[in-house]
Amino acid sequence: MTWVVIESQNSAPTTVGLEILTKAAEGGDVNVVYVGAGSDEEFAVLGSHGASSIIVLSPAEDVLAPTPVAEALSQLIAEHTPGLVLFGTTYDGRDVAGRVSAKLGLSVVSNVVDFSTEGDLTVTNEIFGGSQLVNTQFTSGKTALALVRPKSFTAAETGSGAPTVSRVELPDGPNASVTARHAEASEGPKLESAAIVVAGGRGLGQAEHFGLIEELAGLLKGATGATRAIVDAGWVPYSKQVGQTGKIVKPDVYIACGISGAMQHLVGMKDSMTIIAVNKDSDAPIFSVADLGVVGDVHQVLPKLIEAIKAR
Amino acid sequence: MKIAVCVKQIPDPASDYELDPETYNIVRPEAQILDDTDRYGVEVGLQIADANEGEVFLVSMSPSGTLQGIRQALAMGADKAVMIDDETLVGSDSLTTAQALAAAITKEGYDIVIAGTESTDGYSGLVPQQVAELLGVPALTYATSVEYVDGVVRIHRQTADGYDEVEAATPVVVSVTAGVVEPRYPNFKGIMQAKSKPVDTYTAADLGVDPSVGQKIVSITPAPKRAAGTVVEDEGEAHLDIIETLEEAKVL
Repeated sequence: MTWVVIESQNSAPTTVGLEILTKAAEGGDVNVVYVGAGSDEEFAVLGSHGASSIIVLSPAEDVLAPTPVAEALSQLIAEHTPGLVLFGTTYDGRDVAGRVSAKLGLSVVSNVVDFSTEGDLTVTNEIFGGSQLVNTQFTSGKTALALVRPKSFTAAETGSGAPTVSRVELPDGPNASVTARHAEASEGPKLESAAIVVAGGRGLGQAEHFGLIEELAGLLKGATGATRAIVDAGWVPYSKQVGQTGKIVKPDVYIACGISGAMQHLVGMKDSMTIIAVNKDSDAPIFSVADLGVVGDVHQVLPKLIEAIKAR
Repeated sequence: MKIAVCVKQIPDPASDYELDPETYNIVRPEAQILDDTDRYGVEVGLQIADANEGEVFLVSMSPSGTLQGIRQALAMGADKAVMIDDETLVGSDSLTTAQALAAAITKEGYDIVIAGTESTDGYSGLVPQQVAELLGVPALTYATSVEYVDGVVRIHRQTADGYDEVEAATPVVVSVTAGVVEPRYPNFKGIMQAKSKPVDTYTAADLGVDPSVGQKIVSITPAPKRAAGTVVEDEGEAHLDIIETLEEAKVL
Protein backbone atom coordinates (compact mmCIF):
# COMPACT_ATOMS: atom_id res chain seq x y z
CA MET A 1 0.00 0.00 0.00
CA THR A 2 1.06 3.59 -0.59
CA TRP A 3 1.26 6.01 2.32
CA VAL A 4 1.15 9.78 2.09
CA VAL A 5 2.40 11.95 4.96
CA ILE A 6 0.39 15.17 5.11
CA GLU A 7 0.77 18.10 7.48
CA SER A 8 -2.03 20.21 8.86
CA GLN A 9 -1.51 23.91 8.26
CA ASN A 10 -3.95 26.43 9.74
CA SER A 11 -6.31 23.52 10.54
CA ALA A 12 -6.43 22.19 6.97
CA PRO A 13 -4.38 19.66 4.99
CA THR A 14 -1.56 21.28 2.99
CA THR A 15 -2.29 21.74 -0.71
CA VAL A 16 0.79 19.75 -1.69
CA GLY A 17 -0.45 16.90 0.51
CA LEU A 18 -3.83 16.80 -1.24
CA GLU A 19 -2.11 16.92 -4.65
CA ILE A 20 -0.02 13.86 -3.80
CA LEU A 21 -2.96 12.05 -2.22
CA THR A 22 -5.10 12.56 -5.34
CA LYS A 23 -2.40 11.06 -7.54
CA ALA A 24 -1.61 8.20 -5.15
CA ALA A 25 -5.29 7.23 -4.90
CA GLU A 26 -5.32 6.48 -8.65
CA GLY A 27 -3.23 3.42 -7.82
CA GLY A 28 -5.48 2.01 -5.07
CA ASP A 29 -5.95 2.34 -1.34
CA VAL A 30 -3.94 5.04 0.37
CA ASN A 31 -3.15 5.44 4.04
CA VAL A 32 -2.57 9.01 5.16
CA VAL A 33 -0.33 9.81 8.11
CA TYR A 34 -1.74 13.14 9.21
CA VAL A 35 0.45 15.44 11.28
CA GLY A 36 -1.55 17.91 13.36
CA ALA A 37 -4.40 18.12 15.85
CA GLY A 38 -6.82 16.78 13.26
CA SER A 39 -10.59 17.40 13.09
CA ASP A 40 -13.54 15.57 11.51
CA GLU A 41 -13.65 18.29 8.88
CA GLU A 42 -10.01 17.68 7.93
CA PHE A 43 -10.52 13.90 7.86
CA ALA A 44 -13.50 14.39 5.52
CA VAL A 45 -11.31 16.47 3.15
CA LEU A 46 -8.67 13.73 3.18
CA GLY A 47 -11.37 11.11 2.50
CA SER A 48 -12.78 13.05 -0.41
CA HIS A 49 -9.28 13.23 -1.93
CA GLY A 50 -8.83 9.47 -1.72
CA ALA A 51 -7.63 8.50 1.77
CA SER A 52 -8.97 5.11 2.83
CA SER A 53 -7.41 5.25 6.28
CA ILE A 54 -5.80 7.95 8.41
CA ILE A 55 -3.30 7.70 11.23
CA VAL A 56 -3.08 10.94 13.21
CA LEU A 57 0.13 12.11 14.90
CA SER A 58 -0.35 15.24 17.01
CA PRO A 59 2.87 16.98 18.06
CA ALA A 60 2.79 19.39 21.00
CA GLU A 61 2.93 23.10 20.15
CA ASP A 62 6.20 23.72 21.96
CA VAL A 63 8.34 21.01 20.35
CA LEU A 64 9.95 20.97 16.92
CA ALA A 65 7.69 18.38 15.30
CA PRO A 66 9.89 16.46 12.83
CA THR A 67 11.96 14.48 15.36
CA PRO A 68 9.08 12.88 17.33
CA VAL A 69 7.01 12.52 14.13
CA ALA A 70 9.88 10.71 12.43
CA GLU A 71 10.28 8.45 15.47
CA ALA A 72 6.61 7.44 15.47
CA LEU A 73 6.44 7.17 11.68
CA SER A 74 9.50 4.92 11.63
CA GLN A 75 7.83 2.54 14.05
CA LEU A 76 4.68 2.50 11.92
CA ILE A 77 6.67 1.84 8.73
CA ALA A 78 8.62 -0.96 10.39
CA GLU A 79 5.35 -2.52 11.54
CA HIS A 80 3.30 -2.15 8.34
CA THR A 81 6.04 -2.12 5.64
CA PRO A 82 4.25 0.04 3.05
CA GLY A 83 5.77 -0.14 -0.44
CA LEU A 84 6.02 3.61 -0.87
CA VAL A 85 5.82 6.55 1.52
CA LEU A 86 5.35 9.96 -0.10
CA PHE A 87 6.05 13.33 1.52
CA GLY A 88 5.38 16.84 0.25
CA THR A 89 8.50 18.96 -0.17
CA THR A 90 7.83 21.22 2.81
CA TYR A 91 10.24 22.27 5.56
CA ASP A 92 8.89 19.64 7.96
CA GLY A 93 8.40 17.08 5.20
CA ARG A 94 12.10 17.22 4.33
CA ASP A 95 13.08 16.92 7.98
CA VAL A 96 10.81 13.93 8.65
CA ALA A 97 11.78 12.10 5.44
CA GLY A 98 15.47 12.60 6.17
CA ARG A 99 15.23 11.31 9.71
CA VAL A 100 13.06 8.29 8.79
CA SER A 101 15.47 7.44 5.99
CA ALA A 102 18.45 7.48 8.34
CA LYS A 103 16.68 5.68 11.17
CA LEU A 104 15.46 2.78 9.02
CA GLY A 105 18.25 2.77 6.41
CA LEU A 106 15.81 3.54 3.60
CA SER A 107 16.77 5.30 0.38
CA VAL A 108 14.87 8.50 -0.38
CA VAL A 109 14.50 10.42 -3.64
CA SER A 110 13.98 14.21 -3.62
CA ASN A 111 12.49 16.57 -6.20
CA VAL A 112 10.00 13.95 -7.39
CA VAL A 113 7.47 15.22 -9.94
CA ASP A 114 5.79 11.92 -10.88
CA PHE A 115 5.55 8.33 -9.70
CA SER A 116 4.07 5.05 -10.80
CA THR A 117 3.23 2.15 -8.48
CA GLU A 118 2.22 -0.15 -11.33
CA GLY A 119 4.80 -2.82 -12.10
CA ASP A 120 8.22 -1.85 -10.76
CA LEU A 121 7.86 1.20 -8.57
CA THR A 122 9.40 4.14 -10.45
CA VAL A 123 9.68 7.77 -9.46
CA THR A 124 10.53 10.64 -11.78
CA ASN A 125 12.65 13.40 -10.33
CA GLU A 126 14.07 16.63 -11.68
CA ILE A 127 17.78 17.38 -11.73
CA PHE A 128 19.92 20.28 -12.95
CA GLY A 129 17.30 22.90 -12.29
CA GLY A 130 14.57 20.87 -13.91
CA SER A 131 16.29 20.59 -17.27
CA GLN A 132 16.50 16.80 -17.06
CA LEU A 133 13.98 14.24 -15.84
CA VAL A 134 15.35 11.11 -14.21
CA ASN A 135 13.48 7.85 -13.74
CA THR A 136 14.67 6.19 -10.54
CA GLN A 137 13.93 2.77 -9.09
CA PHE A 138 14.57 1.45 -5.62
CA THR A 139 16.84 -1.56 -5.36
CA SER A 140 16.68 -2.74 -1.76
CA GLY A 141 13.15 -4.18 -1.77
CA LYS A 142 12.45 -2.17 1.36
CA THR A 143 9.98 0.69 1.78
CA ALA A 144 10.72 3.48 -0.72
CA LEU A 145 10.64 7.12 0.39
CA ALA A 146 10.00 10.05 -1.94
CA LEU A 147 9.75 13.82 -1.48
CA VAL A 148 7.33 15.24 -4.05
CA ARG A 149 7.47 18.82 -5.30
CA PRO A 150 4.42 21.06 -4.93
CA LYS A 151 2.27 21.60 -8.04
CA SER A 152 3.29 18.28 -9.60
CA PHE A 153 -0.35 17.12 -9.60
CA THR A 154 -3.78 18.70 -9.33
CA ALA A 155 -5.75 18.04 -6.17
CA ALA A 156 -9.26 16.70 -6.89
CA GLU A 157 -12.11 15.30 -4.86
CA THR A 158 -12.18 11.89 -6.49
CA GLY A 159 -12.35 9.82 -3.31
CA SER A 160 -15.58 8.36 -2.08
CA GLY A 161 -15.17 7.22 1.36
CA ALA A 162 -15.28 7.88 4.99
CA PRO A 163 -11.75 6.89 5.99
CA THR A 164 -11.03 5.04 9.20
CA VAL A 165 -9.18 7.24 11.69
CA SER A 166 -6.76 6.12 14.39
CA ARG A 167 -4.38 8.05 16.58
CA VAL A 168 -0.84 7.17 17.61
CA GLU A 169 0.93 8.81 20.56
CA LEU A 170 4.23 10.53 19.87
CA PRO A 171 7.25 9.44 21.89
CA ASP A 172 9.08 11.70 24.32
CA GLY A 173 12.79 12.19 23.84
CA PRO A 174 15.56 14.73 23.49
CA ASN A 175 14.37 17.36 21.06
CA ALA A 176 14.47 20.98 20.06
CA SER A 177 11.83 23.26 21.52
CA VAL A 178 9.85 26.00 19.81
CA THR A 179 9.74 29.11 22.00
CA ALA A 180 7.81 31.45 19.67
CA ARG A 181 6.11 31.46 16.27
CA HIS A 182 5.94 34.44 13.94
CA ALA A 183 3.69 34.79 10.90
CA GLU A 184 4.71 37.56 8.52
CA ALA A 185 1.79 39.80 7.67
CA SER A 186 0.97 39.71 3.99
CA GLU A 187 -1.77 41.44 2.02
CA GLY A 188 -3.61 40.03 -0.97
CA PRO A 189 -3.56 36.46 -2.26
CA LYS A 190 -1.06 33.86 -1.04
CA LEU A 191 2.07 33.50 -3.14
CA GLU A 192 1.68 29.72 -3.57
CA SER A 193 -1.87 29.92 -4.89
CA ALA A 194 -2.11 33.36 -6.56
CA ALA A 195 -3.26 33.51 -10.18
CA ILE A 196 -0.80 36.32 -10.83
CA VAL A 197 2.67 36.69 -9.36
CA VAL A 198 4.81 39.78 -9.81
CA ALA A 199 8.39 39.08 -8.72
CA GLY A 200 11.48 41.22 -8.34
CA GLY A 201 15.21 40.58 -8.36
CA ARG A 202 18.55 42.34 -8.11
CA GLY A 203 17.79 44.40 -11.20
CA LEU A 204 15.51 46.56 -9.06
CA GLY A 205 18.69 48.13 -7.73
CA GLN A 206 17.61 48.85 -4.18
CA ALA A 207 15.12 47.67 -1.58
CA GLU A 208 12.85 50.72 -1.95
CA HIS A 209 12.17 49.85 -5.58
CA PHE A 210 10.34 46.70 -4.50
CA GLY A 211 7.47 49.18 -4.07
CA LEU A 212 7.01 49.03 -7.87
CA ILE A 213 6.51 45.26 -7.60
CA GLU A 214 3.97 45.73 -4.82
CA GLU A 215 2.08 48.40 -6.71
CA LEU A 216 1.84 46.32 -9.89
CA ALA A 217 0.82 43.20 -7.95
CA GLY A 218 -1.83 45.23 -6.14
CA LEU A 219 -3.30 46.53 -9.39
CA LEU A 220 -3.44 43.02 -10.85
CA LYS A 221 -4.73 41.52 -7.57
CA GLY A 222 -1.68 39.27 -7.58
CA ALA A 223 0.96 38.25 -5.06
CA THR A 224 4.53 39.50 -4.84
CA GLY A 225 7.53 37.20 -5.10
CA ALA A 226 11.30 37.58 -4.95
CA THR A 227 14.58 35.96 -5.86
CA ARG A 228 16.94 34.45 -3.30
CA ALA A 229 19.40 37.29 -3.93
CA ILE A 230 17.10 40.04 -2.68
CA VAL A 231 15.73 37.90 0.13
CA ASP A 232 19.28 37.23 1.31
CA ALA A 233 20.00 40.94 1.00
CA GLY A 234 17.15 41.57 3.43
CA TRP A 235 14.96 43.59 1.01
CA VAL A 236 11.95 41.31 1.50
CA PRO A 237 11.09 38.50 3.94
CA TYR A 238 12.04 34.86 3.27
CA SER A 239 8.40 33.89 2.83
CA LYS A 240 8.42 35.76 -0.52
CA GLN A 241 11.18 33.66 -2.01
CA VAL A 242 10.39 31.79 -5.22
CA GLY A 243 12.70 28.95 -6.20
CA GLN A 244 14.42 25.80 -5.05
CA THR A 245 14.82 26.98 -1.45
CA GLY A 246 11.59 28.96 -1.49
CA LYS A 247 8.16 28.41 -2.95
CA ILE A 248 7.15 26.62 -6.13
CA VAL A 249 4.56 28.67 -8.01
CA LYS A 250 2.52 27.95 -11.10
CA PRO A 251 0.30 31.01 -11.66
CA ASP A 252 -1.58 31.96 -14.82
CA VAL A 253 0.84 34.85 -15.26
CA TYR A 254 4.32 35.33 -13.77
CA ILE A 255 5.93 38.73 -14.28
CA ALA A 256 9.69 38.61 -13.58
CA CYS A 257 11.15 42.08 -13.07
CA GLY A 258 14.90 42.57 -12.92
CA ILE A 259 15.40 38.82 -12.51
CA SER A 260 18.25 37.20 -14.42
CA GLY A 261 16.86 33.67 -14.04
CA ALA A 262 19.38 31.64 -12.06
CA MET A 263 18.69 27.90 -12.14
CA GLN A 264 17.60 27.99 -8.52
CA HIS A 265 14.92 30.59 -9.34
CA LEU A 266 13.73 29.00 -12.60
CA VAL A 267 12.82 25.72 -10.90
CA GLY A 268 10.35 27.63 -8.78
CA MET A 269 8.40 29.30 -11.59
CA LYS A 270 9.18 27.78 -14.99
CA ASP A 271 5.86 25.92 -15.12
CA SER A 272 3.80 29.12 -14.93
CA MET A 273 1.21 29.36 -17.70
CA THR A 274 2.43 32.68 -19.14
CA ILE A 275 5.79 34.21 -18.25
CA ILE A 276 6.62 37.86 -18.85
CA ALA A 277 10.18 39.02 -18.15
CA VAL A 278 11.67 42.50 -18.03
CA ASN A 279 15.46 42.63 -17.80
CA LYS A 280 18.23 44.89 -19.08
CA ASP A 281 20.53 42.04 -20.09
CA SER A 282 19.37 40.44 -23.33
CA ASP A 283 21.44 37.33 -22.49
CA ALA A 284 19.65 36.73 -19.19
CA PRO A 285 18.52 33.08 -18.86
CA ILE A 286 15.03 34.25 -17.82
CA PHE A 287 14.35 35.03 -21.50
CA SER A 288 14.72 31.33 -22.36
CA VAL A 289 11.48 30.59 -20.50
CA ALA A 290 9.61 33.86 -21.15
CA ASP A 291 6.61 34.02 -23.47
CA LEU A 292 7.18 37.76 -23.66
CA GLY A 293 10.65 39.08 -22.94
CA VAL A 294 11.23 42.82 -22.70
CA VAL A 295 14.84 43.87 -22.91
CA GLY A 296 14.70 47.09 -20.97
CA ASP A 297 15.06 48.88 -17.68
CA VAL A 298 12.47 47.95 -15.07
CA HIS A 299 12.57 51.53 -13.81
CA GLN A 300 11.37 52.73 -17.21
CA VAL A 301 8.97 49.95 -18.13
CA LEU A 302 7.19 49.31 -14.82
CA PRO A 303 6.05 52.89 -14.08
CA LYS A 304 4.60 53.17 -17.59
CA LEU A 305 2.91 49.79 -17.21
CA ILE A 306 1.45 50.82 -13.86
CA GLU A 307 0.14 54.10 -15.30
CA ALA A 308 -1.36 52.34 -18.31
CA ILE A 309 -3.20 49.81 -16.13
CA LYS A 310 -4.43 52.57 -13.82
CA ALA A 311 -5.75 54.48 -16.84
CA ARG A 312 -7.95 51.56 -17.94
CA MET B 1 34.44 23.46 21.67
CA LYS B 2 34.53 21.72 18.31
CA ILE B 3 32.46 22.77 15.35
CA ALA B 4 32.11 20.62 12.24
CA VAL B 5 31.05 22.38 9.04
CA CYS B 6 29.86 20.18 6.17
CA VAL B 7 31.01 21.59 2.84
CA LYS B 8 30.98 20.38 -0.73
CA GLN B 9 33.19 20.85 -3.75
CA ILE B 10 31.04 21.16 -6.87
CA PRO B 11 31.57 21.81 -10.55
CA ASP B 12 31.28 25.55 -11.28
CA PRO B 13 27.50 26.22 -11.58
CA ALA B 14 28.31 28.65 -14.40
CA SER B 15 29.35 25.63 -16.48
CA ASP B 16 26.90 23.17 -18.03
CA TYR B 17 26.37 20.15 -15.81
CA GLU B 18 26.72 16.77 -17.45
CA LEU B 19 25.96 13.21 -16.44
CA ASP B 20 28.20 10.33 -17.42
CA PRO B 21 26.03 8.43 -19.93
CA GLU B 22 27.03 5.04 -18.48
CA THR B 23 27.05 5.61 -14.72
CA TYR B 24 24.64 8.56 -14.61
CA ASN B 25 27.00 10.24 -12.15
CA ILE B 26 27.73 13.97 -12.42
CA VAL B 27 30.91 14.58 -14.37
CA ARG B 28 33.28 16.30 -11.93
CA PRO B 29 36.40 18.15 -13.06
CA GLU B 30 39.67 17.89 -11.09
CA ALA B 31 39.28 21.46 -9.92
CA GLN B 32 35.93 21.90 -8.22
CA ILE B 33 34.88 25.04 -6.39
CA LEU B 34 33.36 25.51 -2.96
CA ASP B 35 29.57 25.44 -3.16
CA ASP B 36 28.74 29.10 -2.67
CA THR B 37 26.00 28.31 -0.15
CA ASP B 38 28.59 26.60 2.07
CA ARG B 39 30.33 29.93 2.74
CA TYR B 40 27.42 30.81 5.02
CA GLY B 41 27.85 27.68 7.14
CA VAL B 42 31.60 28.25 7.39
CA GLU B 43 31.01 31.85 8.51
CA VAL B 44 28.49 30.82 11.18
CA GLY B 45 30.96 28.22 12.45
CA LEU B 46 33.84 30.70 12.53
CA GLN B 47 31.78 33.31 14.40
CA ILE B 48 30.75 30.83 17.09
CA ALA B 49 34.30 29.49 17.35
CA ASP B 50 35.80 33.00 17.57
CA ALA B 51 33.49 33.94 20.44
CA ASN B 52 34.00 30.70 22.37
CA GLU B 53 37.62 29.74 21.81
CA GLY B 54 36.48 26.92 19.60
CA GLU B 55 37.93 25.22 16.57
CA VAL B 56 36.30 24.64 13.20
CA PHE B 57 36.93 21.61 11.04
CA LEU B 58 35.49 21.03 7.59
CA VAL B 59 34.10 17.68 6.58
CA SER B 60 33.46 16.88 2.95
CA MET B 61 32.83 13.90 0.74
CA SER B 62 33.99 14.10 -2.84
CA PRO B 63 36.95 13.27 -5.00
CA SER B 64 39.65 15.56 -3.53
CA GLY B 65 40.96 16.62 -6.94
CA THR B 66 42.96 19.80 -6.57
CA LEU B 67 41.21 20.59 -3.25
CA GLN B 68 40.51 24.05 -4.67
CA GLY B 69 37.09 24.30 -3.04
CA ILE B 70 38.29 23.02 0.32
CA ARG B 71 41.19 25.52 0.31
CA GLN B 72 38.64 28.31 -0.26
CA ALA B 73 36.89 27.34 2.98
CA LEU B 74 40.19 26.89 4.84
CA ALA B 75 41.23 30.35 3.65
CA MET B 76 38.18 31.80 5.39
CA GLY B 77 39.67 30.54 8.65
CA ALA B 78 38.69 26.91 9.29
CA ASP B 79 41.44 25.02 11.14
CA LYS B 80 41.54 21.78 9.21
CA ALA B 81 39.62 19.62 6.76
CA VAL B 82 38.54 16.01 6.77
CA MET B 83 37.96 14.56 3.30
CA ILE B 84 36.08 11.39 2.56
CA ASP B 85 37.49 10.39 -0.79
CA ASP B 86 36.79 6.90 -2.04
CA GLU B 87 36.03 5.70 -5.55
CA THR B 88 33.38 3.31 -4.25
CA LEU B 89 31.42 6.25 -2.84
CA VAL B 90 31.07 8.04 -6.18
CA GLY B 91 27.35 8.13 -7.03
CA SER B 92 26.21 7.82 -3.40
CA ASP B 93 22.68 8.84 -2.52
CA SER B 94 21.92 11.26 0.30
CA LEU B 95 21.76 8.51 2.92
CA THR B 96 25.14 6.98 2.11
CA THR B 97 26.62 10.50 2.01
CA ALA B 98 25.15 11.24 5.43
CA GLN B 99 26.44 7.94 6.83
CA ALA B 100 29.95 8.79 5.71
CA LEU B 101 29.79 12.37 7.02
CA ALA B 102 28.31 11.27 10.37
CA ALA B 103 30.99 8.61 10.81
CA ALA B 104 33.79 11.10 10.10
CA ILE B 105 32.25 13.69 12.43
CA THR B 106 31.93 11.09 15.20
CA LYS B 107 35.60 10.15 14.75
CA GLU B 108 36.67 13.79 15.12
CA GLY B 109 34.27 14.67 17.94
CA TYR B 110 31.96 17.70 17.84
CA ASP B 111 29.65 20.01 19.77
CA ILE B 112 27.88 21.60 16.79
CA VAL B 113 27.55 20.43 13.21
CA ILE B 114 26.69 23.10 10.63
CA ALA B 115 25.60 22.52 7.03
CA GLY B 116 23.83 24.39 4.26
CA THR B 117 20.22 23.37 3.66
CA GLU B 118 21.12 21.76 0.33
CA SER B 119 23.93 21.62 -2.19
CA THR B 120 23.72 23.54 -5.43
CA ASP B 121 24.56 20.58 -7.68
CA GLY B 122 22.50 17.71 -6.29
CA TYR B 123 20.04 19.60 -4.04
CA SER B 124 18.38 16.60 -2.39
CA GLY B 125 18.10 18.77 0.73
CA LEU B 126 18.21 15.80 3.13
CA VAL B 127 21.77 15.34 4.31
CA PRO B 128 21.69 17.62 7.42
CA GLN B 129 18.60 15.86 8.80
CA GLN B 130 20.05 12.42 8.03
CA VAL B 131 23.33 13.32 9.72
CA ALA B 132 21.40 14.51 12.80
CA GLU B 133 19.45 11.28 13.01
CA LEU B 134 22.59 9.16 12.59
CA LEU B 135 24.30 11.17 15.33
CA GLY B 136 21.15 10.92 17.48
CA VAL B 137 20.88 14.68 18.07
CA PRO B 138 18.25 17.37 17.31
CA ALA B 139 18.40 19.24 14.03
CA LEU B 140 17.76 22.99 13.95
CA THR B 141 16.96 23.38 10.27
CA TYR B 142 16.54 26.23 7.73
CA ALA B 143 18.13 28.76 10.07
CA THR B 144 17.89 32.38 8.97
CA SER B 145 19.71 33.47 12.13
CA VAL B 146 21.86 31.55 14.60
CA GLU B 147 23.12 32.37 18.08
CA TYR B 148 25.01 30.30 20.59
CA VAL B 149 24.92 31.07 24.32
CA ASP B 150 26.09 28.82 27.15
CA GLY B 151 25.62 25.46 25.48
CA VAL B 152 22.34 26.33 23.76
CA VAL B 153 21.88 27.10 20.07
CA ARG B 154 18.93 29.35 19.17
CA ILE B 155 17.80 29.90 15.61
CA HIS B 156 15.08 31.50 13.57
CA ARG B 157 13.68 28.59 11.57
CA GLN B 158 12.13 29.51 8.24
CA THR B 159 8.47 28.44 7.85
CA ALA B 160 5.97 28.72 5.00
CA ASP B 161 4.62 32.03 6.26
CA GLY B 162 7.22 33.39 8.66
CA TYR B 163 9.64 31.91 11.14
CA ASP B 164 9.76 30.05 14.46
CA GLU B 165 12.20 30.63 17.29
CA VAL B 166 13.70 27.23 18.03
CA GLU B 167 16.42 26.13 20.43
CA ALA B 168 18.29 23.04 21.55
CA ALA B 169 21.25 22.27 23.76
CA THR B 170 24.43 20.98 22.15
CA PRO B 171 25.34 18.57 20.65
CA VAL B 172 23.16 19.64 17.76
CA VAL B 173 23.04 19.88 13.96
CA VAL B 174 22.19 23.26 12.42
CA SER B 175 21.30 23.78 8.76
CA VAL B 176 21.61 27.35 7.54
CA THR B 177 20.07 29.22 4.61
CA ALA B 178 22.13 31.47 2.40
CA GLY B 179 21.85 34.97 3.83
CA VAL B 180 22.01 33.90 7.49
CA VAL B 181 25.23 35.93 7.86
CA GLU B 182 27.55 37.91 5.61
CA PRO B 183 30.39 35.50 4.81
CA ARG B 184 33.89 36.97 5.06
CA TYR B 185 36.20 37.09 2.09
CA PRO B 186 39.50 35.32 2.63
CA ASN B 187 42.38 37.78 3.09
CA PHE B 188 45.90 37.25 1.76
CA LYS B 189 47.13 35.80 5.02
CA GLY B 190 44.21 33.36 5.10
CA ILE B 191 44.87 32.24 1.55
CA MET B 192 48.58 31.65 2.30
CA GLN B 193 47.82 29.78 5.54
CA ALA B 194 45.21 27.60 3.84
CA LYS B 195 47.92 26.01 1.71
CA SER B 196 49.53 24.38 4.73
CA LYS B 197 46.51 23.56 6.87
CA PRO B 198 46.02 19.84 7.55
CA VAL B 199 43.71 17.83 5.29
CA ASP B 200 43.02 14.29 6.54
CA THR B 201 41.51 11.72 4.20
CA TYR B 202 39.28 8.79 5.06
CA THR B 203 38.01 5.93 2.90
CA ALA B 204 34.66 4.16 3.22
CA ALA B 205 36.45 1.29 4.96
CA ASP B 206 38.10 3.65 7.50
CA LEU B 207 34.62 4.83 8.45
CA GLY B 208 32.87 1.46 8.26
CA VAL B 209 30.45 2.76 5.61
CA ASP B 210 28.73 0.37 3.22
CA PRO B 211 28.91 2.13 -0.15
CA SER B 212 25.92 0.30 -1.65
CA VAL B 213 23.03 2.56 -2.59
CA GLY B 214 19.31 1.75 -2.43
CA GLN B 215 18.29 3.49 -5.64
CA LYS B 216 19.31 3.44 -9.27
CA ILE B 217 18.63 5.63 -12.26
CA VAL B 218 16.99 3.65 -15.05
CA SER B 219 16.64 6.38 -17.68
CA ILE B 220 16.99 10.11 -18.26
CA THR B 221 15.09 12.37 -20.59
CA PRO B 222 15.38 16.10 -21.22
CA ALA B 223 12.46 17.96 -19.64
CA PRO B 224 9.97 19.38 -22.14
CA LYS B 225 11.13 22.85 -23.17
CA ARG B 226 8.82 25.85 -23.28
CA ALA B 227 8.08 27.08 -26.77
CA ALA B 228 10.25 30.05 -27.68
CA GLY B 229 8.62 33.35 -26.83
CA THR B 230 8.82 36.84 -28.25
CA VAL B 231 11.61 39.15 -27.18
CA VAL B 232 11.23 42.87 -27.72
CA GLU B 233 13.68 45.70 -27.12
CA ASP B 234 12.13 48.50 -25.05
CA GLU B 235 12.12 51.74 -26.98
CA GLY B 236 9.64 53.40 -24.69
CA GLU B 237 6.51 51.48 -25.65
CA ALA B 238 7.23 47.90 -24.49
CA HIS B 239 4.71 48.24 -21.65
CA LEU B 240 2.02 48.05 -24.35
CA ASP B 241 3.31 44.60 -25.33
CA ILE B 242 2.96 43.55 -21.71
CA ILE B 243 -0.62 44.88 -21.61
CA GLU B 244 -1.41 42.88 -24.74
CA THR B 245 0.03 39.69 -23.21
CA LEU B 246 -1.95 40.28 -20.01
CA GLU B 247 -5.11 40.70 -22.09
CA GLU B 248 -4.39 37.48 -23.98
CA ALA B 249 -3.97 35.72 -20.65
CA LYS B 250 -7.34 37.22 -19.65
CA VAL B 251 -6.03 38.84 -16.49
CA LEU B 252 -6.79 42.36 -17.71
